[in-house]
Amino acid sequence: MTVVSDPTSQSVKRPSRLFKNKMAKLASIPMILTALVVFVGGTLWTVVYSFTGSRMLPKTNWVGFDQYERLWSSDRWIISIKNLAIYGFCSMILTLVIGFTLAACLDRKIRFESAFRTIFLYPFALSFVVTGLAWQWILNPDFGLQSLVRSWGWGSFNFDPLNNPDIVIFGLLIAGIWQGSGLIMCIMLAGLRGIDEDIWKAAKVDGIGTIKTYLVVIIPMMRPVFVTALVLIASGIIKLYDLVVAQTGGGPGLSSEVPAKYVIELMFRAQNLGQGFAASTMMLCSVVVILIPWAYLEFGGRKRG
Amino acid sequence: MSKVMKALLVGTAMTAASTANAVELEVTHWWTSGGEAAAVSKFAEAWNATGNTWVDGAIAGSGGTARPIIISRILGGDPMAATQLNHGRQAEELIEAGLLLDLTDVAEAGGWADIVNPSSLLDACTLDGKIFCVPVNIHSAQWIWLSHDAYQKAGLDVPTDWYEFVETADDLQAAGTLPLAMGQQGWQQNIAFGAITLAVAGQEAWNAVNIDKNADVARGPEYTAAFEAVAAARAFAAESNVQDWNQATNMVITGTAGAQIMGDWAQGEFSVAEQVEGEDYSCLPGLGLNPVLDTGGDAFYFPVNDDPEITAAQKELAALLISPEVQVSFNLAKGSLPVRGDIDMSSANGCMQKGLGILADGGVLPSADITFSQDTQLQLEDLQAQFWAGDMTAAEAQARYADIIEAAD
Repeated sequence: MTVVSDPTSQSVKRPSRLFKNKMAKLASIPMILTALVVFVGGTLWTVVYSFTGSRMLPKTNWVGFDQYERLWSSDRWIISIKNLAIYGFCSMILTLVIGFTLAACLDRKIRFESAFRTIFLYPFALSFVVTGLAWQWILNPDFGLQSLVRSWGWGSFNFDPLNNPDIVIFGLLIAGIWQGSGLIMCIMLAGLRGIDEDIWKAAKVDGIGTIKTYLVVIIPMMRPVFVTALVLIASGIIKLYDLVVAQTGGGPGLSSEVPAKYVIELMFRAQNLGQGFAASTMMLCSVVVILIPWAYLEFGGRKRG
Repeated sequence: MSKVMKALLVGTAMTAASTANAVELEVTHWWTSGGEAAAVSKFAEAWNATGNTWVDGAIAGSGGTARPIIISRILGGDPMAATQLNHGRQAEELIEAGLLLDLTDVAEAGGWADIVNPSSLLDACTLDGKIFCVPVNIHSAQWIWLSHDAYQKAGLDVPTDWYEFVETADDLQAAGTLPLAMGQQGWQQNIAFGAITLAVAGQEAWNAVNIDKNADVARGPEYTAAFEAVAAARAFAAESNVQDWNQATNMVITGTAGAQIMGDWAQGEFSVAEQVEGEDYSCLPGLGLNPVLDTGGDAFYFPVNDDPEITAAQKELAALLISPEVQVSFNLAKGSLPVRGDIDMSSANGCMQKGLGILADGGVLPSADITFSQDTQLQLEDLQAQFWAGDMTAAEAQARYADIIEAAD
């Protein structure tokens, strides 16, 4: 995505510019072709076929916007979108806050820092499927957390998110954050370590408190780190699928369905490719709607400045 | 070419030649529960006895998980030699695309048109006059399974029809037993819904909705009564947290639940647990009210293959699957009904005898796999999943149901 603009190449004549670094360009041809054919080509193909009535096999019987009309009148899709919005919003904020707080705590030169770092990062080494299963067991009311607390004597303790349609998405959220915040912590920690010691000294001289220094001085300086973290979290949110399949299977009822699962179920279980393509096109649209203004601000702004 | 290379090539050619008679066929299916695995091993034994090799490709999870894997393998150019699917419309487009082997010559040689009973099963395998699958069993979904243990503990008589079950459900609950075990998956809830509507709304209304797709009947008073009955059943199953159907069946086997509405494949689980029909459990086809059964079931399809040797073996396997001995041993193990009416099933237990009696009397319906596309079925299952897990009213569910029927294909 980054555009490398070499100042010397501006002065060189046009024709030779194309043949500059010939070997490097030659070597990147396979990747360029892959990107064009697989990503761009595949995306265009999907968008085009979302306007057809394809069932099990792709066919070109055009139906206009019928698939999209059906999509937006489908309960399963509306529930999926709502769930993704709740999960996305909470996961974005909580992962950042928890990740940064843990990193800041570790940065205070505590003892056994590497041990804590390893513990916090461990969940990230587990796949979403394992995470989902583990949390399914932890949140199971008959053997998990609820029965443990009850066995300690708090008999009325009630915590059963996975069987309650209203809060099941928060059961998923717990598992998602548990899995993801360790990595964000590591990225944040690396960012904090990159801050010059002199900044801290200067803040101390000026008599600014530790927390205030973090909020007002350090966090603005860590902007690139936050951008990296945001991109990582956001891509994790939009592809949320395996966690749901492993932990709840979309249930109870349809209450923990997500858009990626809608695409898979419609394409393969309902054998309705057109509907699945329409749903994935909508997912692409939502990513593009967020990505384009952001990319414009991020990269367009820098050129001007 | 070096001598070593020559020797190696000759060696390879010889191995290839020596395996010419014994063909390995990979067969995919989703029969993985205890009773089902016992049944599929009967097929494997019979096929291995012919000198060929059965390569078992069991895919864990229900049909909903396995079918996409099977279909994408066929579409992706990596076909298995044979695969289970439910006969009906699941393979329609694969046949149209010419990806499945035409079995018409095998069917004519075996006289399938005369032996398959009911004949609607063969119709479900037929497209444009050609036969593309071998039906191997008949499964019907309209059964309720009752635990004698649970009713004895509560001091009640075992119900003989759905209405008696409803009357005793509260007493059962008071005795600390869950009245109705229900796996929290849409297809299981849809089966319960189908069985209750058929019993409560009657066959005429059922036919109008399921076969003629008449949305007005789905909005009518018969279906209102049916939806209210389903809402009552939802209350009986409110505390059922199990997911898989065999876990729910296990609750009936152990007596922690009074009953389960599930297809006749539950029979296999009772057999594996060595329970005796009439002593430990009862089964009521058509929920004891309406003795008709749908005739869904499993069939084997054979993806087209370039290798003529494999094609010949595929046809041999097709003929074997429907042969009398294999039909008897397989269906006894699986608890399903055989697809041919001319074999001796006297060793079958009471539940299967009831089913055979209904088949002989002609009380057959097409299954949902035959009447609805997969797309419509998923919508119906979604509706049931939402209805059973939440607090949607019967009236609202009925309105949505009628909308789906209106748009059904």
